[in-house]
Amino acid sequence: MVSAAEGSSILPLTLRGVGYSVAGRVLLDAVDLEIGPEGRTLILGANGAGKSLLLRLCHGLLQPGAGSIRWSDGPTRAGDPRHAMVFQRPILLRRSARANILHALAMIGLPAAERRQRAEETLARFGLGALAERPARVLSGGEQQRLAMARAWSLKPQVLFLDEPTSALDPAGTRAVEEMIAAFAEGGTKIVMTTHDLAQARRLADEVVFLHQGRLAERTGAAEFFDMPASAPARSFLKGELPW
Amino acid sequence: MSESNPFVAAWLLIASGDPTLAGIVALSLRVTLSALAISLVIGLPCGAFLAMSRFPGRGLLVIGCNALMGLPPVVAGLAIYLLLSRSGPLGPLGLLFTPSAMVMAQTVLILPIVLSLSRQVVEDLWEEYEEQLRSLGCSGARAIPTLLWDGRFSLITAILAGFGRASAEVGAVLIVGGNIAGHTRTITTAIALETAKGELALALGLGIILLGLTLILNGGAYLMGQYARRSAGQPW
Repeated sequence: MVSAAEGSSILPLTLRGVGYSVAGRVLLDAVDLEIGPEGRTLILGANGAGKSLLLRLCHGLLQPGAGSIRWSDGPTRAGDPRHAMVFQRPILLRRSARANILHALAMIGLPAAERRQRAEETLARFGLGALAERPARVLSGGEQQRLAMARAWSLKPQVLFLDEPTSALDPAGTRAVEEMIAAFAEGGTKIVMTTHDLAQARRLADEVVFLHQGRLAERTGAAEFFDMPASAPARSFLKGELPW
Repeated sequence: MSESNPFVAAWLLIASGDPTLAGIVALSLRVTLSALAISLVIGLPCGAFLAMSRFPGRGLLVIGCNALMGLPPVVAGLAIYLLLSRSGPLGPLGLLFTPSAMVMAQTVLILPIVLSLSRQVVEDLWEEYEEQLRSLGCSGARAIPTLLWDGRFSLITAILAGFGRASAEVGAVLIVGGNIAGHTRTITTAIALETAKGELALALGLGIILLGLTLILNGGAYLMGQYARRSAGQPW
């Protein structure tokens, strides 16, 4: 639970009849979902099922064509520092690793002295101190994603959206990012994440939201989902069958 | 000057530190750098704004700015002349045939360059950064400093292009400045005049200096870019 000192929780996130179409093609249709504060929520589904789209809508980067997406205190919007997002391919500014974190902290209006302190804390927390002065864009893919995760961590968000954060990483990079996800969760940050990697989903998920062709097919506890999914699309997805 | 070879005479003139020559060079630099500074202050943020915003008529504005990059200097000079002439709307300011008028004319010439090139640079960056910056709450006017800073190496090109155009043009400063000795005579107007008079040594000396200045500036910018790239380890 989030203590009163940290401000009241923005969770649950409530989606009501959320739809999204582009040029007449329905990409997401009538999604009703409530994401509560407990556990890590993994969003699974085949390519094109609408996983990334759903995250972007929840984070407020896109506006739903139909329905509403609300936190406990109002509609979602991008730039609200209480929820952060890390993308599949890290987008880092053309400046040093430290300056990337300082920039994000400046955007939430933290005073300069506090920014420096929190940036150092963050770099040290994730063993990125040695990279602090290096230009972020020349770091390796794994280092870049860790920096993007660290930048999100420095914002101390209540909710973190992760869009396939390890899909471009090698096993070591994947492990490092998963450890950072665990650090977020320990700090009380709610994790909402998409992945293609079923083994990773088994490692991380407390509950699974399964999308199929733009619709919510099922939402179940992780153990149950991987044992005996309720929906037919999820069963064939887990077996690696093509759904058509 | 008794020297018959104008090249030698030109070098002797430069080496002697002739005060007239120095005055002309100083005025040229003052006018061009002032116009460049004004254009950067206006052009960079406006270019960034144009890059990020979508509104009706934006396309026309972009085309207009691009087209103005090719504005003939004499036409710019004529427009400023009409504006500042005694019967013009800004006539009472009494700016015609002053360095200020020349700064205005050169600003009109290089602002479209700075604006268009910075729009292009920022547009590419914004496309790459948009989701991340909006996620961080860095959108709208707040994103402009971020984008300009991250485009700094590409923007050097815009700055050089602006300087090059302003320092090289003669038509606009001639019309609004009047080429008054010791007051509004710049390197380019002096070259035109001295050549017409047959004073090839002075004309050539000024030409060498102008070329030298351009070389030094471009060389400096190149080295700065190289250094930045090397310290960044990567092409940007």
